[in-house]
Amino acid sequence: MSQSLRTPLGRVRGLGASREGVGHFIAQRVSAIALVFLVPWFMLSLIGAAKGGYDGAVEWIGQPLNAVLILLAVGAGLYHMRLGMQVVIEDYLARPLTKNFKLIASTFLCVFLFAVAAFSVLKIAG
Amino acid sequence: MSQGGWTDKRPMSPHIWQWRWHVTMLGSILHRVTGVGNYIGAILAVGWLFAAASGRETYDKFADIMATPLGQLVLFGFTLSVCYHLINGLRHLVLDSGAGFEPKSASVTAWVVLVLSVVAAAAVWIFAGLVPGLSVGG
Repeated sequence: MSQSLRTPLGRVRGLGASREGVGHFIAQRVSAIALVFLVPWFMLSLIGAAKGGYDGAVEWIGQPLNAVLILLAVGAGLYHMRLGMQVVIEDYLARPLTKNFKLIASTFLCVFLFAVAAFSVLKIAG
Repeated sequence: MSQGGWTDKRPMSPHIWQWRWHVTMLGSILHRVTGVGNYIGAILAVGWLFAAASGRETYDKFADIMATPLGQLVLFGFTLSVCYHLINGLRHLVLDSGAGFEPKSASVTAWVVLVLSVVAAAAVWIFAGLVPGLSVGG
């Protein structure tokens, strides 16, 4: 007989009272590794492009490789910051009645921003 | 502890109001603060993409707002925030491997990250040619 009060299914899942394992931790780091490369490229190229005003910006976004890398940078960034904001909300802003509302609002905002970015880049590059 | 007969040499858990200031503490707090800063900045970056997709008139309006002193302050703050979070993020990836946790090296790397991020943000703005008289880029 097992001494544990946990159900066999609970033991197989390996998750405790928090209902999650190290998935969040790993996802935060993996997206961070992608951003180490994407963010410096994005920041410096964007500054270079923005110097050319509207024409420079549209020309930069319109290049196929740039368009793909912009969406990767924005996508990884929004994913990473959604995970980070989740921790900030859980640590400082969690109140029983509004915690889930805040988490959902942050998720919606990040997904909305990705939709805006995807539309914008594809409209210019498409 | 100095007047009493305390002989235990082991580290004592400090009282909540008697915590010595650590640079590692500042570094950790700044990582979260700049993370939230980047969250706000990302809204601006996506706004820039949307302005470009919306046409010349909207783009010029967006660029004009960013060119005001307040806009420039926000943009420099965003640059500094990104530089700090990126460089300290690299430090965190090293710390995640279990290395660099000795108090001395953790403090030294925290200071190095602070200085490097200010230097990096300044370098980005010099490259951007946004600092009057220091323009290098074309």
